[in-house]
Amino acid sequence: MYQIMRAEKLADKIFLMDVHAPRVAQHCQPGQFVIVKMDEKGERIPLTICDYDREAGTITIVVQEVGASTTKMGTLKESDYFRDFTGPLGCASEFVHEDIEALKNKKMLFVAGGVGAAPVYPQVKWLHEHGIDADVIVGAKTKDMLILEDEMKAVAGNYYPCTDDGTYGHAGMVTTMVEKLVNNGNKYDVCIAIGPMIMMKFVCLLTKKLEIPTIVSMNPIMVDGTGMCGACRLQVGDEIKFACVDGPEFDGDLVDFDQAMKRSQMYRTAEGRAMLKLQEGDTHHGGCGHCGGDE
Amino acid sequence: MADMLKKVPVREQDAKVRATNFEEVCLGYNLEEAMDEATRCLNCKNAKCIQGCPVSIDIPAFIQEVKEGNIEEAYKVIGKSSALPAICGRVCPQESQCEGKCIRGIKGEPVSIGKLERFVADYALENDIKPVGAEKMNGHKVAVIGSGPAGLTCAGDLAKLGYDVTVFEALHELGGVLVYGIPEFRLPKQKVVAKEIEKVKELGVKFETNVVIGKSTTIDQLMEEEGFEAVFIGSGAGLPMFMGIPGENANEVFSANEYLTRSNLMKAFDDSYDTPIAAGKKVAVVGGGNVAMDAARTALRLGADVHIVYRRSEAELPARVEEVHHAKKEGVIFDLLTNPKKINVDENGNITSMTVIKMELGEPDASGRRRPVEIPGSEYDIEVDTVIMSLGTSPNPLISSTTKGLETNRRKCIVADEENGQTSKEGVFAGGDAVTGAATVILAMGAGKAGAKGIDEYLKGKDK
Repeated sequence: MYQIMRAEKLADKIFLMDVHAPRVAQHCQPGQFVIVKMDEKGERIPLTICDYDREAGTITIVVQEVGASTTKMGTLKESDYFRDFTGPLGCASEFVHEDIEALKNKKMLFVAGGVGAAPVYPQVKWLHEHGIDADVIVGAKTKDMLILEDEMKAVAGNYYPCTDDGTYGHAGMVTTMVEKLVNNGNKYDVCIAIGPMIMMKFVCLLTKKLEIPTIVSMNPIMVDGTGMCGACRLQVGDEIKFACVDGPEFDGDLVDFDQAMKRSQMYRTAEGRAMLKLQEGDTHHGGCGHCGGDE
Repeated sequence: MADMLKKVPVREQDAKVRATNFEEVCLGYNLEEAMDEATRCLNCKNAKCIQGCPVSIDIPAFIQEVKEGNIEEAYKVIGKSSALPAICGRVCPQESQCEGKCIRGIKGEPVSIGKLERFVADYALENDIKPVGAEKMNGHKVAVIGSGPAGLTCAGDLAKLGYDVTVFEALHELGGVLVYGIPEFRLPKQKVVAKEIEKVKELGVKFETNVVIGKSTTIDQLMEEEGFEAVFIGSGAGLPMFMGIPGENANEVFSANEYLTRSNLMKAFDDSYDTPIAAGKKVAVVGGGNVAMDAARTALRLGADVHIVYRRSEAELPARVEEVHHAKKEGVIFDLLTNPKKINVDENGNITSMTVIKMELGEPDASGRRRPVEIPGSEYDIEVDTVIMSLGTSPNPLISSTTKGLETNRRKCIVADEENGQTSKEGVFAGGDAVTGAATVILAMGAGKAGAKGIDEYLKGKDK
């Protein structure tokens, strides 16, 4: 059992938790993720690591309520437990293994969308701790949905918040902010984009045009997360890669986003039913006279 | 009185009924049937059956006890050699091992050794007969990686010798392939696997779940920082293989590992569990091994019409005859000498059909089996909405890539001595699928046994 040491709501349907998992906290690196399972009957859910405290033995996770399982997870409070908490899984970000001096000469741009700010944060923090200040763009639908702002400001070189509706920071999508920075004469050697697949796709289309190599962090459907099942496979260039063991970070230019997006839709109906079951106690199984469920 | 030429028949769930449920197919012997079958054993002096058993159970000795009705004694005889008899009695390929060597088999049917073993083991589980553990601990700490058949056997044997054993499991449940791979209807999880693991715990073995060696910690750290003097790697087979044909990343193409993991480990077949499974209505399972049979029979129980698509002929099917027989009886259709060419999808990435080609057998290949060759122009489409790829696995690099000085072979399997499991790294032993590539439960158990013996000899040598 893995105890929740702190639980906090960051925005509507987005919450943060510190979970006691010493083995994970001891070994995790920026870029890696965990798999959690709430209870006996729960799903295994991959979540990005937002922060870690090696001494306290805790991992900070950020969860957005998107389906039945994550909604249930939103009801957990401080001192509750996760039944299972596994990790760190996947590979660390590439820069962790690079020469620090060489890294210092690189100009890095992070682009985070929505809860993508959570996995971006430990990367920017790690760089900051190693004397490297990276520029960070964080996008959200609206001001209230922007998360981890103070934390990010504290570790980023330049911090550029964006909102789709213009309620805060730059008005518009993150891609328009990237363009603006480059048009203003900023030069970047590498871009790291983490967020919804559709956002990462459009960032990659833009940065390809701008000739900035871009790394993305993929979040496909997973089951075991250790390479055993292949549910998370992606087409990367002419190879099939497993996000859980080969990734989750890949060269964005090579990822087949359209296929990945189709694959991540596959349990949408099942998830919808599970959500209805959670809200109404049962799903619709006929009786309305229209759906054919009575036959 | 038993017919000396024939096995006492074992009761099974009716094929039509069982094709719709996940209850165990084979019901096993009762005491009377078991004692009756035991009378068929000739109690050979030079018992060939023992030579056929990868863990060398004293088969005639336990069967003699069954004959007398001393089931507890029979269990003790088996317990000397096997920590997991209820599992082995169900999933071992006895026809090519113990029963394959039985003298009775020359003129008639061999003694039903597997079903007798299962009866004795189930009796012990039901009556909670305790295994015999070590008299005293010897103070040596050993880590076992993986709680599948190799790891459990190795841990059980070492605990009996007095070692302080901790098993590290990557998943949230113990049992490895016994829980994620083999379906409930072949091997009940609560009734058999969990209880048999309970027996290993009673021997004093400690278990830690959710630890992915190579990620949560490494073998070097276990040895240098946590005081483990020896390590046994029984981490299993690994990454599922795909064919590399067009359309293979369509939404409803699964590896058999994923399909089975969703159904077995995550219990997607049970509505009260949260994990979904896209079961399919018309399912093609590509491959002919035991895993393919398990996937096909699972899909059938989830309500699908199921075809096995296999590129060679029936004679070459690598699955156990009993599994093929069960699958056929339950209604799985076999499309033999047939191989997929591409999977056809609609604009949403969903499968509409699969194009296959007819094959014929040519010259024998390196494996000694006749090589399947395409018959030009024989392509046709089969209507399917789900495809399950059951083509085997390639080793998981998590451990080999994070352990200093651990040698792997050309196929990326860990190199280990067959006799004692010794790897290229001092104090580190290995066995099971991580060494051999995908094989059987009992072979993994045999390797776990060899590893335990190797570790015992190694640590005793260090004491001197």
